[in-house]
Amino acid sequence: MPNKPRLAVIKFASCDGCQLTLLDAEDELLSIAEAVHIAHFAEASSHLEPGPYDVALVEGSITTEEDRHRVRRLRADSKYLVTIGACATAGGVQALRNFADHQDFLRAVYAHPSYIQSLATSTPISAHVKVDFELRGCPIDKHQLLEVIASLVAGQRPRTSTESVCQPCKRRGTVCVVVAQGLACLGPVTQAGCGSICPAYDRGCYGCFGPTRQPNMTSQSDHILRPRMPAADAALCLQSFNTYAPAFSQESQRLWNIAGQPKPLHPSLTVDHD
Amino acid sequence: MTDSSANQRLIRVPVLTRVEGEGALVVKLDGDQVRDVQLAIYEPPRFFEAFLRDRSFEDVADITARICGICPIAYQMTAVQALEAALGVTIQPEIRNLRRLIYCGEWIESHALHIHLLHAPDFFGCASGIELARQFPEQVQRGLRMKKYGNRLLEVLGGRAIHPVNLAVGGFYRLPPRADLLGLIPDFEWGLQAACETARWVAGLPFPDFQGNYDFVALKHPAEYAIIEGRVACSDGLSVPHEEYEQHFDEQHVPHSTALQSRRIPSGREYFVGPLARVNLNRDQLSDTARRVADEIGFTTPCYNPHRSIIARAIELVHAFEEGLRWLKDYCPPPVPRAPHTPGPGGTGCAVTEAPRGLIYHRYQVTDQGRIAFAKIVPPTSQNQAQIEADLRQLLPSIVQQPEAAIALSCEQLVRTYDPCISCSTHFLKLRIERGG
Repeated sequence: MPNKPRLAVIKFASCDGCQLTLLDAEDELLSIAEAVHIAHFAEASSHLEPGPYDVALVEGSITTEEDRHRVRRLRADSKYLVTIGACATAGGVQALRNFADHQDFLRAVYAHPSYIQSLATSTPISAHVKVDFELRGCPIDKHQLLEVIASLVAGQRPRTSTESVCQPCKRRGTVCVVVAQGLACLGPVTQAGCGSICPAYDRGCYGCFGPTRQPNMTSQSDHILRPRMPAADAALCLQSFNTYAPAFSQESQRLWNIAGQPKPLHPSLTVDHD
Repeated sequence: MTDSSANQRLIRVPVLTRVEGEGALVVKLDGDQVRDVQLAIYEPPRFFEAFLRDRSFEDVADITARICGICPIAYQMTAVQALEAALGVTIQPEIRNLRRLIYCGEWIESHALHIHLLHAPDFFGCASGIELARQFPEQVQRGLRMKKYGNRLLEVLGGRAIHPVNLAVGGFYRLPPRADLLGLIPDFEWGLQAACETARWVAGLPFPDFQGNYDFVALKHPAEYAIIEGRVACSDGLSVPHEEYEQHFDEQHVPHSTALQSRRIPSGREYFVGPLARVNLNRDQLSDTARRVADEIGFTTPCYNPHRSIIARAIELVHAFEEGLRWLKDYCPPPVPRAPHTPGPGGTGCAVTEAPRGLIYHRYQVTDQGRIAFAKIVPPTSQNQAQIEADLRQLLPSIVQQPEAAIALSCEQLVRTYDPCISCSTHFLKLRIERGG
């Protein structure tokens, strides 16, 4: 099988949900295994081959010194490196530490913080190595993942939507929860891909796919969030699974400042790594 | 921040450790004498309990889902029930039925995944479910289809299969249209038969001869196979309300692992949670078909062979399809999707449920403003971790003469029977043997 692309699925700090998405492609899984050579996929196989890989799907964020080195080695081993999910593309929910005192977090969770080796920050893969394509979502969408794999097998650049959640939400025929129910919703500034699920389930979008390409963050905050909640709560809306995505990070800091509770990023971080 | 439960243990702060990812096994030998065994889980810590603080109670289900992509419902369900206890929210009976239904969906997808893609390959020398599918295409495809129907239920009722969006304190954000649930009935009728076939298949697997001396711990409920509530029971006779969980089980931080190890109080003994514990304790309350299949394949309890957990898991798969079918057929939407609740007064509440891989415990303290002041989350794997180490300690003397690859494989297979979250990386063991003496 020398002509089959060699696929690796590699994990850093994460919940495993994004690589599970590949196993959740129940109808396609065995076909994928025919189309590509699965060289390294520890969640699914104990047969692990070293690189080089044609495609590395990378889940998870960088939170340890060892992982900083591991991701560089992986980059050197991979022709195409594709990040899957909010942890790998934006640092994940664990990037909330980037706005807090890491030592405080350690003390809150562990009886013996000295046993734990962990960086004070959680950063996306792109903060460390060149990334060829980023697949958004917490978790990623199965159909987008299949599009990425099929495109890469065909030697083409994947095409995934960069529109906002609002557009497929309208096409789905969901009545706007902001207009009709007065709910807070991050749909206008969040990238599509999830299927615009939350408004269809009578709740506002909580931004699990991260900021869309050109989000108008201040208008979002001033017209949708702040009329419904204090500025500090509006900041928390942006501080979840994509908290370290630049647009969400900067706007949440602006909102914290408005609230009079400044929360600067960890000193070693800037948000211009995009 | 202090955790001043009645046991007066020194561990005063909650510990949450995520254990998916890689672990390592360190075996220290003195000649062929096993001196020490350490199962090290070094998944980087993610600090969930720390960053839940000061968030609204409404955010907790969405955030805790992200602890595990394979069993998000377990984290969401335990969180919302603990918060309901803290806030004094009473749910409607129809909501309770829907909760059992969606939990059945998670059991189905998780059990079908573990049986067919993670565990069964071990019995045939296969590296993966994909490789196993070449030998057993019908069985693996049947497993994938069952898994798909579990996921389909999570999508209909939860919005999506991984990190569902529909669970809320008090109930659901939106109730499913009756037609959507009725539409799943043919799939579940097929799934019930398929799960019976799977149970017959796994009953014939070549099981290694290994017997542990276990304290099985699971929820026990007077009227049902316990999933979302019950007393915390142990095979040695312990039976306590879930509010007393922390008086009987304690997490300890060991140097070699980012995951905590739970032990019993006061004995310090390890214990065993998961499908084998549940079936051992509650066999009589399984659904009719599940009980009949268990009889037919000769699965008797008590069963102390952890390798046979795959049978317990398959029997629970039958149960989950049959119970799921019942709720699908009986579904009658309650008047409102969730019980109303107003801010304050806050309080403390805890809950225990049965994740696919075992008992899970949450406790929250909520302020009058509805903010989280304190969170403690005990996942199943941290409870099984000490038991896994004890099993390895028991197994190793009989295999230390073998080549190291064979030792690693035997250890790995034994650990995998527990379906710990680290088992999602099936090749999780890096064996290091230190020979002294």
